[in-house]
Amino acid sequence: MTDLTLADGVAGILLLALTAYAVLAGADFGGGVWDLFATGPRVRAQRTAIAAAMGPVWEANHVWLIFLLVGLFTAFPTVFAALSVALYLPFTIALLGIILRGAAFTFQTHGYEAAGELAPWGAAFGAASIIAPAFLGAALAAVAAGSVHASSGPNVTTGWVSWLAADLALLAVALCAYLAATFLMVETEGDPPLQADFRRRAVGAAIVSGALALIGLVLAWRQAPLLWSELTGRGIWLLLIALINGPIAAFAVWRRSPRVARVAVAAQIVFVLWAWAVGQWPALVPPDFTIHGSAAPEMTLLALTVLIAAGMVVLAPSLWLLFRVFKGRNPAA
Amino acid sequence: MDNVVLSRAIMGTSLGFHIVFAVLGVGMPLLMFVAEGIGLRRHDAAWLALARRWAKAFALIFAIGAVSGTALSFELGLLWPGFMAFSGSIIGLPFSAEGFAFFIEAIFLGLYLYGWERLSPLAHWLTGIPIAISGAASSLFVVMTNAWMNSPTGYVASGGRIIRVDPLAAAFNRSTPTEDVHMLVSAYLVTGFAVAAVYAAGFLRGHGDALHRRALPLAMAMAVVASGLAGITGDTSSRFIAGEQPIKFAAEEALFPTTTGAPLHILGVPLPDQHRTILAIEIPNLRSFLTTGDPNATIKGLDAFPQDLWPNVLIVHFSYQLMVGLGLALGLSGLLYWFLAARRRAPPLDRWLLLALVAAGPASVVTMETGWFVTEFGRQPWIIYGVMRTSAAATTTPALGPTFAIFLLVYLALGFTLARLLLRLAQRERQRAPIDRAPRR
Repeated sequence: MTDLTLADGVAGILLLALTAYAVLAGADFGGGVWDLFATGPRVRAQRTAIAAAMGPVWEANHVWLIFLLVGLFTAFPTVFAALSVALYLPFTIALLGIILRGAAFTFQTHGYEAAGELAPWGAAFGAASIIAPAFLGAALAAVAAGSVHASSGPNVTTGWVSWLAADLALLAVALCAYLAATFLMVETEGDPPLQADFRRRAVGAAIVSGALALIGLVLAWRQAPLLWSELTGRGIWLLLIALINGPIAAFAVWRRSPRVARVAVAAQIVFVLWAWAVGQWPALVPPDFTIHGSAAPEMTLLALTVLIAAGMVVLAPSLWLLFRVFKGRNPAA
Repeated sequence: MDNVVLSRAIMGTSLGFHIVFAVLGVGMPLLMFVAEGIGLRRHDAAWLALARRWAKAFALIFAIGAVSGTALSFELGLLWPGFMAFSGSIIGLPFSAEGFAFFIEAIFLGLYLYGWERLSPLAHWLTGIPIAISGAASSLFVVMTNAWMNSPTGYVASGGRIIRVDPLAAAFNRSTPTEDVHMLVSAYLVTGFAVAAVYAAGFLRGHGDALHRRALPLAMAMAVVASGLAGITGDTSSRFIAGEQPIKFAAEEALFPTTTGAPLHILGVPLPDQHRTILAIEIPNLRSFLTTGDPNATIKGLDAFPQDLWPNVLIVHFSYQLMVGLGLALGLSGLLYWFLAARRRAPPLDRWLLLALVAAGPASVVTMETGWFVTEFGRQPWIIYGVMRTSAAATTTPALGPTFAIFLLVYLALGFTLARLLLRLAQRERQRAPIDRAPRR
């Protein structure tokens, strides 16, 4: 085992940014899923609750992605370039999803007062909320399975079209929806019938995501030996923690303890990502790119670390304030 | 079309679209902050209503800016992997700093937009400060990276690999001071004229209420101050480019032979194949004088450089002429507005002036866009001036044609819907109760 270096530290920070994006923006994407599948007598109330929950925070949640991209090309520029070439198509489609999701949500919430329902944008919000996490999930599967190579040529489908990628794409959407349903159960605590709507959705998402996760493990075992050995090697403990949180989350949804459920669903996402990252260390994008081999010069890493530390001094209290004002227990509305 | 052309087309479209929202993201927060501040201080409901109205519009504008900005951070890699592999570690720092600034802007904007009822009036007003500061900081940081493409410094390369980086030297390169300041004041200029155009149009259509009477002078104050500063910084930029990138400068001027006592070309059509410019109004010795202070100074022409290093002279020259011409016209219209206001001791509302101000809104956007045309087309054939050619940086993916078509459609749809919503929003706001009462939701 080699010593940990500054490059490992920066890679760790990027993993935290990825985690934050997956959990926070994941819940927002899930909100879009439930906006699309809003049904029953409380359709309007469901959509209003989703918009109210996302409104103040989605843009801040989205910035974690920018942070991840920028950090990646600063600290590991050749990896950023290789990923951009090899995963051109999934990234472009995910990007379109991200653009349309954000625009459609804004048009709906801020335009509703002025123009009422905006026909194509309502559906676009939901559809884009599925497309973006699905293709980001597929891209992640390609990276984890070791399909991105330094010399990946200009072929738009090689490497990322696989059963595992398809499964992880669906799993990403299902987990976003699951997470959102538990978040929305918390947000609708004062409205039992509405909360029951989101509880039913949480149960459905739990079953679907559980099944897809098990299929994913089988596919990894059969078709992605690299990923399987990583997950069952150094990453095994983190994977087990993720798996244990499955039943905990489901039980908490059943018992109507949405705050516990919310944490347990988030924990599944967090620990699966960490199991993958720790499992593949010291590789960054296996098999060709290691953290050390592809890191930027030392001065860049140092300056980036200092910048992040300084930035966090401003950012952390600001984020705390945002969530305190809008997600605190006693909103002073 | 080949990949280089398509990559440039996609990137140019994305940048040209994003920059409109980006400049409003810099300027609008300042206007909102001032309006709310005056409203609180004077207990003036109309000023407060104005801040609220602007906030509603800004929520839409900011979100479109955010998503189109996300497109750019992806496209840096998707379209220019060769450029990013080379320069990511050098220019990543200002980009990362921009990321933080944008984060802060998004957080406090969330508080601002959704916090009218949850925060005390003073606390709410104060959340405007980080928004305005981080908006301006975003612009400064991101333009640093463009400045580096013009003046690449702060690194040591060996065999195509970057082996040493001095991030501060790269961020604060020779082009940074002029580019950064000129862009920042231009952002306020565009915001000022764009907002003024909206309210001038309102007056023309007979909607001139208490809000209009407050909004137009405030926007024109920002516009006139910013145009003065843009004139000064533009002049500084121009003279700096004469020394830093003489080819770009010669293309701006459409000056082919190296000339002692060079004239200023007004209008004119450059004919690069014939190495001359026709139909130009020439003012003798003025270019030399403006550039160096000496009317007989020698200015290098395009002929002093190999032709394969020339940018597209036609585009650069026309863009430059348009930027300078419109910039001067904008500055004059701002001065005229305040001259009349000072003489009459009341904001002027003459029909001809209002019509001019309506035109000044889009004209200010054209001025800014053509300014970027000069910067970007003028740097060609280089993506990193003197270091990497644009053709060496582009992606080799085969899917660029459809990408361009789809992005173009998406941007058109976004622009169209946004314009429609903003118009509806304005209509809705007008139909509400008269403003001279306290605003309530």
